[in-house]
Amino acid sequence: MFAYLAKRVIQAIAVMFVISLIAFAIQGNLGDPLRELVGQSVSEEVRQQLRDELGLNDSFVTQYLRFAGNALQGDLGTSYFFKEPALDVILKKLPATLELVFGATLIIIGFSVPLGVYTAIKPDSILSRIIMGLSIVGISIPVFLTAILMIFVFSVEYGWFPSYGRGDTVHVWGYWQTNFATADGWMHIILPSIALASIMLPLFVRLIRAEMMEVLQSEYVKYAKAKGINPWRIYFVHALKNTLLPVITVGGVQIGTMVAYTILTETVFQWPGMGFMFLEAVNRVDTPLIVAYLIVVGFIFVVTNTIVDLIYGLVNPTVNIARMGA
Amino acid sequence: MSLLSVRDLTVKFAMRDQTVTALNGISFDLAKGERLGIVGESGAGKSITGFSLMNLLSRPGYIDSGQILFEGEDVVQMNDKRLRNLRGNRMAMIFQDPMVTLNPVLTIGQQMIETLMAHRKLSREEARQIAIVKLREVYIPSPEERLEQYPHELSGGMRQRIIIAIALLLDPQLIIADEPTTALDVTIQADIMELMLELCQSNQVGLILITHDLGVVSQMTERTLVMYAGRIIEAGRTREIINDPQHPYTQGLINALPQQTVPGQRLKQIPGNMPGLASIPPGCAFNPRCKYATDLCRARVPEIVQYSEVAVACHEVQRLHSDEDRQEARA
Repeated sequence: MFAYLAKRVIQAIAVMFVISLIAFAIQGNLGDPLRELVGQSVSEEVRQQLRDELGLNDSFVTQYLRFAGNALQGDLGTSYFFKEPALDVILKKLPATLELVFGATLIIIGFSVPLGVYTAIKPDSILSRIIMGLSIVGISIPVFLTAILMIFVFSVEYGWFPSYGRGDTVHVWGYWQTNFATADGWMHIILPSIALASIMLPLFVRLIRAEMMEVLQSEYVKYAKAKGINPWRIYFVHALKNTLLPVITVGGVQIGTMVAYTILTETVFQWPGMGFMFLEAVNRVDTPLIVAYLIVVGFIFVVTNTIVDLIYGLVNPTVNIARMGA
Repeated sequence: MSLLSVRDLTVKFAMRDQTVTALNGISFDLAKGERLGIVGESGAGKSITGFSLMNLLSRPGYIDSGQILFEGEDVVQMNDKRLRNLRGNRMAMIFQDPMVTLNPVLTIGQQMIETLMAHRKLSREEARQIAIVKLREVYIPSPEERLEQYPHELSGGMRQRIIIAIALLLDPQLIIADEPTTALDVTIQADIMELMLELCQSNQVGLILITHDLGVVSQMTERTLVMYAGRIIEAGRTREIINDPQHPYTQGLINALPQQTVPGQRLKQIPGNMPGLASIPPGCAFNPRCKYATDLCRARVPEIVQYSEVAVACHEVQRLHSDEDRQEARA
């Protein structure tokens, strides 16, 4: 177990190294930081002097090592706009985004498993055809369009749900504010969660259906039938467990991807999360904030994937975590 | 009354552009405790016969017509509930490849206990005790530990023993074994066959052994059916069929055995291949490969008739015999 964990952590560190390298390389290509720091009135000599002081004339490697050293100590630079450490700015926005992703994940898990299983068991039924047809529509419509359509229908026309913001949030601990403690908070998070889930949910329905149909053709399912096992037990014990193994792996990657998708959803719903913040940072050419965002999102991606790999090892008996990596 | 009585069983496969006949009017009987072998090349319809007996054909295959009377009840007419009561309980099946038969994510114990609990009102612990007894019967060492293990932790031979134990769990009347040792190591094959023979005899269980191995059939079974392109072409007591085959195809099969060839010589193959289900020639399906074929063979399907000790479906069986007699007289 320990060897496997150590191996996964080393891999994660390697990935983070590459991400930081790319993020840092981007920094140099987003315009002159001096222009953002000082006004137009400063003379060229003073600018050169400032460049030297800030270390902008050092070699790429020296600059990167300095950046990486600071990053390891939790310093990802200072936001030009907020005049605060970039990491602090992001961490303040993180809870809103994570709650949104959590809401969308709940919707995806809650609906994709029953719909995927149903369409696999009854592939020819009318309901299955409708579900499969809708899933294509869901995948095809971009998130921002789904979001705008939902606001138009459910907020403007019917007035059932609020159209923007987080609504009433409650402090849980530290600066973490949650939507899940008040009715108003729930009302605010429903539409953005559905919008965020609108692409992943149909994708997962199709994935689960395809895997399940393959598993239902397997010898062990046929054998279970030959033993006279109840069909419900065959579907949900024999087949579903095997179906979900590959789905878990894909699911981990997709949760990471959803953190990135939040940029669109948060912008349309004015959701005060880090996706919305990122778009604002790009508009303001707030380079340290952009770089910090890339690194934080990369970190979330790496962490979720590592956790998913560990879960996979626990669920799948043919993966022996205790022996792996030894 | 016989345990199993199959009458004019016809199975078809509805393919996209045509419907092909996989089994064409199969009829045979099996007495209680009797052991029957079904032999033939791949694609002759042996496995389809086995699955049909449990009404377990999956699409696009279906039973078109005929009767399968098991203990007096027609399996073809059974509803789902009756079929579940039949499968695994009164009639059990042993699949071909033990590496893919057991569910990889469930323990051996779970897969044995669920079978018992599907058919009998037992507590989990009672079921576990029965499972342990049955594992002992198939000579599995330390069965308590095996119950906690997953299939991938066990060897192929061990898995097939467990599958045999599962087949015996509910003391069925009939076990259908579909090439139970084909996927196993040669050294283990004999062990598994011996075990099956011993258990069938001691428990008075009927056995239908589907195989392409005539050697196995001669050791294991009392009667044999030879199948070709979806029909039974020869049927009778195993000893007679092995020692004195009547149908040219059966003769070819037996001559092709390595024991029939002088070492160093090439094996005597039957020329050609069995036709696909969609392209079965008119008349006797074997006629393109048969050196005795006549115009009659190419025009009409031969009926299966009693000839000497066995039943055989061949127009030329008499001529064939007189030829042989003449050859013997000359020799």
